Amino acid sequence: MQYLKNSATLKLDTDLCTGCGMCTVVCPHAVFEIKNRKAHILDLDDCMECGACALNCKVGALTVKKGVGCAAAVLYGLLNGTEPSCDCSNTSKESCC
Amino acid sequence: MASPLNFQSFKPVALSVPTISAKLNFSDLMGAFKMRLGIGRDHYTVTPGLYKVGNPDSHSDVLVSANYKLSFDMLRKNLESLNLWILVIDTKGINVWCAAGKGTFGTETVVKSVKKWSLEHIVEHRNIILPQLSASGVAGYKVKEQTGFRVLFGPVEARDIKSFIEAGYKATPEMRKITFPIKERAKLIPVDFLYAKYKLLLILFVLFFFSGLDKTGFLFSKMLETGLFPLVSVLSAYIAGIVLATLFLPWTPFRAFALKGAFWGLVVTFANTLFWNVSIMEFLSLGFLNVSIASFMTMNFTGSSTYTSLSGVQKEMKWALPIQLIFACIGFILFILSKFIGPCNI
Repeated sequence: MQYLKNSATLKLDTDLCTGCGMCTVVCPHAVFEIKNRKAHILDLDDCMECGACALNCKVGALTVKKGVGCAAAVLYGLLNGTEPSCDCSNTSKESCC
Repeated sequence: MASPLNFQSFKPVALSVPTISAKLNFSDLMGAFKMRLGIGRDHYTVTPGLYKVGNPDSHSDVLVSANYKLSFDMLRKNLESLNLWILVIDTKGINVWCAAGKGTFGTETVVKSVKKWSLEHIVEHRNIILPQLSASGVAGYKVKEQTGFRVLFGPVEARDIKSFIEAGYKATPEMRKITFPIKERAKLIPVDFLYAKYKLLLILFVLFFFSGLDKTGFLFSKMLETGLFPLVSVLSAYIAGIVLATLFLPWTPFRAFALKGAFWGLVVTFANTLFWNVSIMEFLSLGFLNVSIASFMTMNFTGSSTYTSLSGVQKEMKWALPIQLIFACIGFILFILSKFIGPCNI
């Protein structure tokens, strides 16, 4: 299953990439492959912007605007004038998804 | 090989390391059932700390887990016949994936827990195994820098952890991928079903009430006679948006969830005409309402899905939300008009 086309904010700076392969380990959607000692993005539309690759890239070759693709969170943010917040449990304690 | 008793000399905290079973009992299963229905969902936790599975020693593997009991149970039931340590960290009772997104299952929490439980005295090796889905909150290399422990990201699913360990801490490409099979989608339906329950009740009440409107004023008998159709129609759209769109997610046309829901809203609107004989105006009004409601409900399922991105959801909502609102308004206006003009309902 794929979500919207050409929407993901994931970017790879091939010059910085050392080909360590960590992104291929952490990505839950197999967005990357290592070829000729460099990471490559196979299909950008597979990316769900979880941010695991960027967080675990030691050399900072990956950037992505991390977030949870949750309409309720976006709506919550819109209604409260904040960033999207995954606080749909209606309790003081943060929870949900 | 050191026996667990040897830890006494190192660190007193290890004395009280509880042993847990790899088998789930009846109350574990009941608890899981209640969670799926959303009962007491926010308080289903495991006390953070170090736990034993079987008879681990200083060479045994260390697994790190969230303290959400469903996650913890899912993990331990897959560890039968293994001897290892589980370090349960305090994610405020939130599952791995969501906690990693929020940062409660983050680099800092892992580092703190490793230090707090003196892992360096418990095991001789310097590896900890984390669920792969915690990688959006945990920077493996930073944990290594701050604790000396190397983070090995295990498989996505707890059921693969045994194979992962047996293969020498290697996951197959399939183990690294998050899937969203129909069984998983079905489990999420009850909680999502309740998401807009009050809005739904309000809409149902208003529609039922306005069913009694007439050229001559308000007729109580008309309300009772014609009020059932809008109720059934809207309720079926709500159910379709959350149940049918969810179960048939991969086979429903369109990529945007709002459109997937709109599709099912249309389907149930036409399906309803097979059973009811209503005016075109009322049929149209319910069509607009149903598309709006089903679209909204399915759009909200983006939060439960495992492949939607924030940028995508924002992009989709930018056009979907206004259209849903406009459709709802048109639907209501047409509904009221249908009560005043045109042929009477049968």
